[in-house]
Amino acid sequence: MVDKLLEVKNLRVELQTKDGVVPVIDDLSFDLDYGESLSFVGESGCGKSMTALALMGLLPEKVGRIASGSIKFEGRQLANASSEDLRKIRGNEISMIFQEPMTSLNPVLSVGEQISEVLRLHQKMSVNSAWKRAEDLLDAVNIPDPKRRVHDYPFQMSGGQRQRVMIAMALACEPKILIADEPTTALDVTVQAQIFGLLKDLQTKTGTSIILITHDMGAVAQMARKMIVMYAGRPCEIGEVAQVIKTPQHPYTTGLISCVPHLDDAIIDANNRLSEIPGIVPSLREFGSNKCLFASRCKHQMEQCRAERPVLAQFSNKQAFACWKREIIDAG
Amino acid sequence: MKTFGLIVNRLVYAFVLLFAVLVLNFTLMHMAPGDVADTISQSMGGADEELLIEIRKDYGLDQPYYQQLVTYIGKVLRFDLGHSFFFNEPVSKLVLERVPATLLLVITAQILALLLGVVLGVYSARKPNGILSHFVTLFALFGYSAPVFWTGILLLIAFSLQIPLFPVAGMRDVTIEGNFWVHAIDVMKHMVLPVLTLASIFLALYSRLARATMIETLGTDFVRTARAKGLPERQVVYKHALRNSLSPVVTLAGLQFSAVVSGAVLVEAVFSWPGLGTLAFQSIIARDTPTILGILFFSALVVIIGNLLTDLALRFVDPRVGASK
Ligand SMILES: Nc1ncnc2c1ncn2[C@@H]1O[C@H](COP(=O)(O)OP(=O)(O)OP(=O)(O)O)[C@@H](O)[C@H]1O
Ligand SMILES: [Mg+2]
Repeated sequence: MVDKLLEVKNLRVELQTKDGVVPVIDDLSFDLDYGESLSFVGESGCGKSMTALALMGLLPEKVGRIASGSIKFEGRQLANASSEDLRKIRGNEISMIFQEPMTSLNPVLSVGEQISEVLRLHQKMSVNSAWKRAEDLLDAVNIPDPKRRVHDYPFQMSGGQRQRVMIAMALACEPKILIADEPTTALDVTVQAQIFGLLKDLQTKTGTSIILITHDMGAVAQMARKMIVMYAGRPCEIGEVAQVIKTPQHPYTTGLISCVPHLDDAIIDANNRLSEIPGIVPSLREFGSNKCLFASRCKHQMEQCRAERPVLAQFSNKQAFACWKREIIDAG
Repeated sequence: MKTFGLIVNRLVYAFVLLFAVLVLNFTLMHMAPGDVADTISQSMGGADEELLIEIRKDYGLDQPYYQQLVTYIGKVLRFDLGHSFFFNEPVSKLVLERVPATLLLVITAQILALLLGVVLGVYSARKPNGILSHFVTLFALFGYSAPVFWTGILLLIAFSLQIPLFPVAGMRDVTIEGNFWVHAIDVMKHMVLPVLTLASIFLALYSRLARATMIETLGTDFVRTARAKGLPERQVVYKHALRNSLSPVVTLAGLQFSAVVSGAVLVEAVFSWPGLGTLAFQSIIARDTPTILGILFFSALVVIIGNLLTDLALRFVDPRVGASK
């Protein structure tokens, strides 16, 4: 049997908080194929970044840990791998770009040094060839005059340029998976579009699989084939992007999609107003309790929602979601 | 080019500053009660008013303040710091003889405090709840709050008297003969206690700051990026985090430079270290105004040079410094 690129099964990540141990990721399973792109969506605090950090083996020290479940990367188990093994995979086979381009680069090292350092480390390149490659990479992420800019320090670059440098750095070793955690949240709209365009281009060229984390439904539609909607640490809907956007099943997904104008006109409610989801994500303390954590904000809520956690069930069309009102919503 | 501009700019400032220091020091000394005539008359067991006036006339002390000031500055501009009444030697010779000893003490103590402070700071930042971390905090508190002379005397009692590892006083043993290295080792032995004493205060300051900035830096986004790249922990800490924590420490060290110089005065007194501090002590007792002024002038010079070096070091550590213009 050929191994999947990435196979996550029943992943549970626990955080040590002052109120005790809580699951920030609670029973998450998904897989990712070579060259495929997958998107995680959900509001702030739903555990999207935690998922990414768990995959990277970068959970906050002494606070977070993988409690159970498995993460298989090309057949290798990452969930209990030694930190040394994880280190060799990080930045080499799985890399990550972060939300904050302004602060994610080291201010006192030139961007050339920061890019070529990865190449020297993982590819054992010489100083000169790594530097040369850094120039090429800057060129590949469309930074003009790369021969000169490679000597620049991050403070001499704009936010968009810094994010491009981050992308160049992450792709330096031609990783099999690129995790992009809200790569454009801190950038303005035109730059956002450019960055997504660039990511898409590079993906076609290199065949890297991308895990895109975002709360921007528009970006999901543009970038990914599969999506996972997270709510309070739990996957609440999983499916093909086109399908989910067209026929969202979970009330939370419906709410998220209707927050975006013109994504699908049919979902915008009768008064032609943008609907939004009332209320906020429950606090970490409530994560893991045996009920539907979305119930308090859901207009379809009923007795059962507050008594038992809904299971994630799959439909024949491969769309899966976790909601007790399945039939009712289906009908309505 | 930028660095050259900085140096020129600082030299101009330094000149203005030194001028101000000269005027201020001279004025303050002039205002202070007592002068060399009093000292001389004391050493003769008292003198009458007439003799005092004569002595003052001899030394030009009878002239009006501004005239004395102009004469003095004019002389300094010609590199003449005057003549010591008490030691009966040119002040510049006196001072220059003592400068190397003080510099040796000050620079060694400063470097030791910086290096050790940073190492201890980094170590305790990585294990903020470890035993060594608590020890560093405690030690820092102690080093910072104990008066220098007290620390000095304590070290003297412990390591020269109780356990005679190091010499009690001075900078070299005149009875020793041999080549350069024999003398160098002798001086080093004499240096240990004074340097430790002087360094202890600043070590406390630097290690605390290094610990605090390092803890902060280890939590930043770019350190997370460094980890995400798969760098070994050693590189994450020393290449990525440490360089970013260094500028506050170097800045503080620069600001403390004058404090190190003045701390040296006390340490020299405790250990009879033949530097500017001991000279200052003697000339203050003797009301030897030209010597005191000369020492103040040189200390100002040392501090100014120290600050210039700090600025250059900062540029080296952090490329953002000085690039904003
Ligand atoms: N180091 C930490 N220690 C304790 N709790 C943490 C830590 N980091 C994150 N959390 C908590 O874990 C939960 C999930 O955080 P996570 O960063 O995964 O959210 P997210 O979905 O990425 O949100 P956002 O869209 O804001 O990035 C949040 O409630 C957050 O407060
Ligand atoms: Mg996040």
